[in-house]
Amino acid sequence: MTSTAPAHAANRQAAHEPASGVVRLAVRDLDIRVTDSEADVVSEVSFEVHSGDVLGLVGESGSGKTTVALALLGYARRGLRIASGEVLLDGTDLLAANRSELRTLRGARVAYVPQDPAAALNPTLRVGTQLKEALSAHEGVVEDPGARVAEVLAEARLDATDDLMRRYPHQLSGGQQQRVALAMAFSCRPSLIVLDEPTTGLDVSTQRHVLDTVRSLCSSYGVAAVYVSHDLAVVGGLVADVAVMYAGRIIELGGTKPVFSFPVHPYTRGLLTAVPSADRAEMLSGIEGQPPRPGRRPPGCSFAPRCSLVLDACSHDPAPPPVSVGGRLVRCLRALELQHETHRQPAVVPVTPPVGAAPVLSVHEVSASYGSAPVLFDVNLDVAPESCTALVGESGSGKTTLARCIVGLHSNWTGEMTFEDGQLAPGARKRPKDVLKRIQYIFQNPYTSLNPRKTIAQIVAQPLEHFLQLSYAERSARVSRVLEDVSLGTDFLSRFPDQLSGGERQRVAIARALAVEPDLLVCDEVTSALDVSVQAVIIELLRRLQHERRLSMIFITHNLALVRSIAQSAVVLCEGRVVETGTVAQVLEHPQDPYTVRLMEDVPKLADSGALAAPVTS
Amino acid sequence: MAAVAPAVPARTKRLRRRRQWLSTLGTAARTGRGKLGIGLASVVVLIAAIGPFVTPYPTSQFVALDYSAPSSHFLLGTDYLGYDVLSRVLDGGWIMLVMALCATAFGLIVGGVAGISAAYLRGKADALIMRAVDVILAFPQLVFALLLVSIIGPKLWLIVLAVGFSHAPAVARVLRSATLDISERDFVKSVELQGVKPARVMWSEILPNLMSPLMVEAGLRLTYSIVVMAGLNFLGFGPPPPAPNWGIMIWENLDGRTTNPWAVVVPAALIALLTIGTNTFTDAVARVAIGVDRRPEVAALLEDIGLRPSTEPA
Repeated sequence: MTSTAPAHAANRQAAHEPASGVVRLAVRDLDIRVTDSEADVVSEVSFEVHSGDVLGLVGESGSGKTTVALALLGYARRGLRIASGEVLLDGTDLLAANRSELRTLRGARVAYVPQDPAAALNPTLRVGTQLKEALSAHEGVVEDPGARVAEVLAEARLDATDDLMRRYPHQLSGGQQQRVALAMAFSCRPSLIVLDEPTTGLDVSTQRHVLDTVRSLCSSYGVAAVYVSHDLAVVGGLVADVAVMYAGRIIELGGTKPVFSFPVHPYTRGLLTAVPSADRAEMLSGIEGQPPRPGRRPPGCSFAPRCSLVLDACSHDPAPPPVSVGGRLVRCLRALELQHETHRQPAVVPVTPPVGAAPVLSVHEVSASYGSAPVLFDVNLDVAPESCTALVGESGSGKTTLARCIVGLHSNWTGEMTFEDGQLAPGARKRPKDVLKRIQYIFQNPYTSLNPRKTIAQIVAQPLEHFLQLSYAERSARVSRVLEDVSLGTDFLSRFPDQLSGGERQRVAIARALAVEPDLLVCDEVTSALDVSVQAVIIELLRRLQHERRLSMIFITHNLALVRSIAQSAVVLCEGRVVETGTVAQVLEHPQDPYTVRLMEDVPKLADSGALAAPVTS
Repeated sequence: MAAVAPAVPARTKRLRRRRQWLSTLGTAARTGRGKLGIGLASVVVLIAAIGPFVTPYPTSQFVALDYSAPSSHFLLGTDYLGYDVLSRVLDGGWIMLVMALCATAFGLIVGGVAGISAAYLRGKADALIMRAVDVILAFPQLVFALLLVSIIGPKLWLIVLAVGFSHAPAVARVLRSATLDISERDFVKSVELQGVKPARVMWSEILPNLMSPLMVEAGLRLTYSIVVMAGLNFLGFGPPPPAPNWGIMIWENLDGRTTNPWAVVVPAALIALLTIGTNTFTDAVARVAIGVDRRPEVAALLEDIGLRPSTEPA
């Protein structure tokens, strides 16, 4: 892959070596509960981090990873209490410290890098002032704050020019903001640094650079770091050890390489097969069902209800204790027998080349702008019938604008769009009803795309009422049929969106789009708000439906790996221009444009962790 | 399978949707503030509603000397014309209450339509409506109502319309800002993509999401309506004499406040209790609607970790 990859590997190696010496952070039997209740949010969490090491804390939303991360600072969000356990930092228990002790510890010995740097930096203070403030809060930690700020900024790969110091946070790019936050965290030379999904909002290229920075800072300072993330690929490339969390417990803990190449716990296995790969068009398999909520966790193993390898004994208390298997800890009754079973490699999707027929949708020389700011420049795009075209680009590339132009949400564009035989008018209101019915759009965020005051039945029936004159019985029949198609039963009919999980909501949104039997489906980042195991389920669902219903589809995403799994052809957008078009294999394997080449190189891959490397027997 | 579905959706939807805003009211009524508010207001409302049927004497009949002090026959004494104060108090509330309710409803409808359409249609409609709102807002509410009434004359329907209309700008502003937020959400866009008419989008997609601000606004405007109505009555714009009402009673009997203060104090106290009551209850509703009384951090957290499904958006 990239030319820098070996260097990263070496870096990691170097970081790993002195690690075996000092245990910086030790967490023992951490137990966090809801205040005034016995509902456990986090239980029996224990792990150790050596100096210079990064531990990845991975899990899906609601797994308790952020709660654990905050507990490392001696903090519990309101409504939660740390019931028992120890957080030992160089031997001192943070949980036993009182308020003023904690105040001196936080920032100086333990630092925190939040998810959204834009929200964490004070918008009214200049960058230089904020950095110095962080230092002056802990007197005596460094001698010369000014010099220290320059030093730490350089280490975070920012030039400590006067110009930079005088800027306000909003005058920096997202990547720069996150580096300032990193510099601030490292400035007092802490022993432990907690990173809470610090790269989630960033583009792949920026993400890669920030990750490199984190890695080099940790190894050069001998800092112990805990990196919280839901993105397995990111973690895979960064950390030496990984702890997989599920329903408040660490279910698998060990070296990143062995865990990701030979996962033992069924949940880890499921999670890994759900991650799309940019190298092969894999059949993604998600994990059906949802993680149990705190207070409603079943007796025994929390994963048992969703586990395909479940035994009767799994659902009896107590929860399975951690078993040491091949140098790692696994909470599964069947860990010992499962370790010899090879992890099933995901099936490869047969790639069907697009049929050579005339395109369903043809976008010709389309330029669009918001007010006077141009966003798209002479975009050309053809969507072949009954195939999926992926529209790829980083944020700000104009991919969503293009989608909104196509469906009619954005009308300020020039050029030509031909759908089947007719021209498309700019705005939805100017288009005939029939065209509106045949092009359907699925929104990015299922949390805002469903009216919270309507039942699922009403939501799905709404376009049917509008487009088709159906009797009440016919309409109801169609609603339940299409809900069945997206694997939601009829008991969802009378529920409200807020009673559904993110994945279920997105299925409802898909059902709503499919109810009127469109010809072209435009999916705008439909999985970006979802967990990876849910994403896999949704992608497979879309692939199946596209095939069954012979749909043409435009799939917009920033995730190149997803493109591989779902699309037949790909179009790469960069700053409002199409830079590359071709079949998915062409574009991803032999990118021609330098932008695509860079994009492909920067994609974090599970392979970085050695997941696809030669098998290592334990 | 076709047979499975029918009956379910339409049936439950009505029930559930009504329940959603009713539950906010219910929660509000169970808070301390809510109980106090409902208690105060309902005492006054009961007096006004049942009073007319239990008056001991006719309301406009000379029964004793003017300004006689309370006695066993005339529990609250008599007023400046020697009429029984208790009877006039019992009979003098309902007209004002009905008028205040009508004015509130009128103001909510006019202001709501203006505010929601201004926010949803944007552009020229927005500019036009909101500038008109600014102009009307420049007049103090009471002065504006007085202006209309003094031009056309003290007709009861006119007073209702004038007071209601004077509420419209404030309602329009509040609902406009709430609508601005909601009309940017994707579910509204998704309906627009079908080419659904704006009026229908506003009615069936946006309005159901405005119930919380609408309820708070209703309570607030009702309180103001009562105050303005009482004020107009006090100034003589109200049901023509000799019909009793609380506002005019205060004015009529001011001269005798030393000999029979009850003729002034009781109607004034009733008006005060009513407005304090409605205002306190509205406060309780507002707190529940924006989540103050649900301890927001805790609520958000519980939602976060999935212990409780989210209810009202703020």
